[in-house]
Amino acid sequence: MTWSNPIESLRQRDRVFDFLISEQPPKLDLSHNIILYLEGVSKSFDGFKAINDLNLYIEAGELRCIIGPNGAGKSTMMDIITGRTRPDEGQVWFGQRMNLLTMDEPEIAEAGIGRKFQKPTVFESLSVFQNLELAMVQDRRVLSLLRACLSGEQRDHIDEVLEVIGLKDLCFDPAAKLSHGQKQWLEIGMLLMQKPALLLVDEPVAGMTHQEMDRTAELLTSLAGKHSVVVVEHDMDFVRSIARQVTVLHQGSVLSEGTMDQVQNDPRVIEVYLGEG
Amino acid sequence: MLTSRFIQDDKAGQWFLGILLLIAFAVPILNLLVPPDSALHFSTYSVTLLGKYLTYALLAIAADLVWGYLGILSLGHAAFFALGGYAMGMYLMRQIGDRGVYGNPELPDFMVFLNWQELPWFWQGFDMFWFAMLMVIVVPGVLAYVFGYLAFRSRVSGVYLSIITQALTYALMLAFFRNEMGFGGNNGLTDFKDILGFSLREDSTRIGLFLASALALALGYLSCRYIVSSRLGLACVAIRDAESRSRFIGYRVENVKLWVFTFSAVLAGIAGALYVPQVGIINPSEFSPLNSIELIIWVAIGGRATLYGAVVGALLVNYSKTYFTAALPEIWLFALGALFILVTMYLPKGMAGLIKRKEANA
Repeated sequence: MTWSNPIESLRQRDRVFDFLISEQPPKLDLSHNIILYLEGVSKSFDGFKAINDLNLYIEAGELRCIIGPNGAGKSTMMDIITGRTRPDEGQVWFGQRMNLLTMDEPEIAEAGIGRKFQKPTVFESLSVFQNLELAMVQDRRVLSLLRACLSGEQRDHIDEVLEVIGLKDLCFDPAAKLSHGQKQWLEIGMLLMQKPALLLVDEPVAGMTHQEMDRTAELLTSLAGKHSVVVVEHDMDFVRSIARQVTVLHQGSVLSEGTMDQVQNDPRVIEVYLGEG
Repeated sequence: MLTSRFIQDDKAGQWFLGILLLIAFAVPILNLLVPPDSALHFSTYSVTLLGKYLTYALLAIAADLVWGYLGILSLGHAAFFALGGYAMGMYLMRQIGDRGVYGNPELPDFMVFLNWQELPWFWQGFDMFWFAMLMVIVVPGVLAYVFGYLAFRSRVSGVYLSIITQALTYALMLAFFRNEMGFGGNNGLTDFKDILGFSLREDSTRIGLFLASALALALGYLSCRYIVSSRLGLACVAIRDAESRSRFIGYRVENVKLWVFTFSAVLAGIAGALYVPQVGIINPSEFSPLNSIELIIWVAIGGRATLYGAVVGALLVNYSKTYFTAALPEIWLFALGALFILVTMYLPKGMAGLIKRKEANA
């Protein structure tokens, strides 16, 4: 483009003028088959580097397990992806086009990233059904909420999810009455209602019985493919039962990456987990 | 169908509206048609007292909407009530016309007294009823919107928000105490003569104001009920119980808070506008932080997050206040304190909890 002639350059543009581009948020673009990019991300709290030059790529439809000792920066990483904390430096992109660092929590949730917390947080005084109703994909502007009415289709979707998470019989009970495991399930159900492209799941089986754990494993593996799932977990048996790809975090950066067997035989991982000796 | 669903499941609300309707029919009959010497006669004093308490009840409902359902403990809600009251008071002042002590057709007495030559710009238009009524809604609404916009966007919540709301009402009180503000200083606005051409001394006008208060209370209750039983109401409860979780689901917490808070402030303003012609005066002490705290006590005693509980609390506390301050003036504050302690200890869900427990047993 010849900048010497501004009139000419105005006429010969290879794209429309910027002000003509609509304000609509970009669609999730997975043309390179990567749904989440974290590049060179660092974050420190009072001098302590929780995340240190972290690089992580999640493929579309992948089920990825992230393990690491306490304080490895797993939760901080989740916070950064969901917009709760801003990194000091680095890039976080959702697909090719969405820069997560310019978006806040509700925008990120709307864009298709769902998060399950470590401690199950459901809306205790609302019923199981209402919890799911609130999590449903919908227009969340104040006036639309005021006028919202449950359509048959939406009711079917809620019933479907109730079936999947096995809480159909309890659907009119307040969530406060559920057991710990059931709350975890309800929270996963709420994630499913959001129909997210990427699910971030923080310690899904903490406090679950073995039976519940098996069902959770089954559920998470069945979700992969349709959704990308990132699981942060301590329980190695559980990780082994679901993981295809494992990432080990240590001191805020990636220590090792690969299949479970590769990772377990990595001398650096053994050193971190068994202590320097 | 949608319009009726929200009240159909609300047993206690149906009772409340039924009783309110009964009172709205019985009181005018007992006051106007039953002769004054009959035992059944309901004195005009009692009518006005009840009317005043109905406006308090509307204020309590407004506070319950934001505190009970949204978890915003506003300790400055009486400020919106007082602002609505001042807007009404300004209309009533302009209605006095040349019947004031100084006989100035344009300026209210206190302005003549201060040697003001002309009406300040913010008093323009208040001679028109519709304009004053618009201001009753707009002034508290805009203040709540601006305040809420700043507070909720910067995620001020919990105790900090309560303290700021206290500061807000206290600041307004100090401002309205000043004569230069043009709202009558510490005397406030009083000596009202008539409203819409009806003399405020007539029994029939008092009945009219009482009925207007009852109607406003019923409509206020219905609109709040409509909000809390809609999905917006669910979202409010969700925000109250787990604010950051609702953010991660995709709710714009600050917008929900902002609009519900503003609506609540408007309701409080309407209550204030109905309060002023019945008590015949509005002065800066209505902004006193203590009023807002007392309001929260009404709601706590009646029972949070029920709406009708707020009405019960407001009526109960105010009637006992009337009784105690007349019979045993020294012990009123102790009685209020004792009531508050007893309710928090034995009825953590307030009087409404008592009703609910009975329902569960039956």
